[in-house]
Amino acid sequence: MKYAILVYETETTFADRTSDQQEAYWGAYNAYSQALVEAGVMAGGAALHPPHTATAVQLLEGQRKVQDGPFADTKEQLGGFFIIDVPDLDTALDWAARCPAASSCGVEVRPLLPMND
Amino acid sequence: MDARRAAELAARNAYGRLLAYLAIQSKDLTVAEDALGDAFLAALKTWTERGVPDNPEAWLLVAARHRLIDNARHTKVKTSVINTLKQFSVEGREDPAMEVVFPDERLKLLFICAHPAIAPEIRTPLMLQTVLGLNAAQIASAFLVAPTTMGQRLVRAKTKIRDAGIRFELPEASDLPTRLEAVLEAIYAAYSNGWENITGADPRQKGLTEEAIWLARLCVQLMPEAPETRGLLALMLHCEARRDARRTPEGAYVPLSEQDVTRWSKPLIKEAETELMQAATFKKLGRFQLEAAIQSAHAQRVFSGTVDWAALVLLYEGLIQLSPTLGALIGQAAAIAEVKGTAQGWALLELLPTEAVANYQPYWALKARLLKQLGRKSEAQVAYNHAIGLVEDPAIRQFLLRQSLDS
Repeated sequence: MKYAILVYETETTFADRTSDQQEAYWGAYNAYSQALVEAGVMAGGAALHPPHTATAVQLLEGQRKVQDGPFADTKEQLGGFFIIDVPDLDTALDWAARCPAASSCGVEVRPLLPMND
Repeated sequence: MDARRAAELAARNAYGRLLAYLAIQSKDLTVAEDALGDAFLAALKTWTERGVPDNPEAWLLVAARHRLIDNARHTKVKTSVINTLKQFSVEGREDPAMEVVFPDERLKLLFICAHPAIAPEIRTPLMLQTVLGLNAAQIASAFLVAPTTMGQRLVRAKTKIRDAGIRFELPEASDLPTRLEAVLEAIYAAYSNGWENITGADPRQKGLTEEAIWLARLCVQLMPEAPETRGLLALMLHCEARRDARRTPEGAYVPLSEQDVTRWSKPLIKEAETELMQAATFKKLGRFQLEAAIQSAHAQRVFSGTVDWAALVLLYEGLIQLSPTLGALIGQAAAIAEVKGTAQGWALLELLPTEAVANYQPYWALKARLLKQLGRKSEAQVAYNHAIGLVEDPAIRQFLLRQSLDS
């Protein structure tokens, strides 16, 4: 089964990406991705630019409504995601717990809907 | 034995075993429940016409399995699941009278119900429905919610178990202690729910405490090496032993220290003591064993006429180290007040954070009692009023009212 590990970050952790903490920040994520690959469970993923780069788009009564900023203005923002392929939720949760964000802001695990073929 | 009675008996004894087995096979609780439900309906019809089969359980299993395979064909179920079912079908043959031996998978089911990905408040209802076969309406009445609401919550939980892909296996050894704790918590929640809601003579409420004890016995049987399961069983048996003594025949509340020990059930106390002793042989202390030991200390009054409060102080100390709940802290303060004097108990209560105890009735009840003993009448009155305002049980309200006036 495929699961998405959604990585949530706060302003502080987003800032860590470019501050004097950046080595520790990226080092942790590199090691984590590496572990996923070596375990043979990595099925994709991406890191996202911080929320201030986001643009929300809605079509309201046929009119495009384009707005600066992320869709929901919450303290925790999506910072990226990993797609993993594991047998069950329990294994997915084990991997989620190892994600660097799990010990700072938090991660969310969601099963992917299977694609019809 | 008529068909309906046979079906009922088979239901009570075998429902959980059958459902657990079918659920583990199909990896879908809802589908397994539907298949088993259909099998019971078919049994009522067929058994009335042709008589009860020699092995009703095997008959039900075969019928439910047919239904599962049918369902699997109509819906897009993984081919591997269908193959497993078919394979079993060949092994089991088509002779329903034949002895079918199938493994007891109820332990897996208990762990699935109390999985950390399932919301804690729905774990107990889920266990009651799947392992015991209670229906949503029965569970709803015990938890004081509308049957449709409970039904929806149960459906949602079962859908999550399937869609999120929760493992249909026992937890890993490293996870087992925490996962077992969740199972025991959920069983205890069923018990305390029935215990706290005994205001009336509502037989349904009492029913839930019996179900909880039944589940704990099942856990002991399935996990004889886990001391905390025995601890939980001992705890509930001790409480159960005092059920009748908690109220006067007129329905008035009787506090533990004033209960008439001749109304305690000695067989239940003895069974509890045996379980607790068994648990102790594993030399792995836990919250439930300590709570049971506390109840055991109170139970000694039936044999010796006295309560060893010094031992209770130590037991509460241990319990607070493992699980510092408000209830344990209040219990410790009460025990200290008995051993070292009211002032010492009072001092301990004073240390508790105000916001945590603001709406906790046992805190105000104990505070009122200690203040009264210290002769601080007006403060005691204020505390009694607080306690009375927070109480749910009318019998305890009456008791506190009497205490507050009697000074």
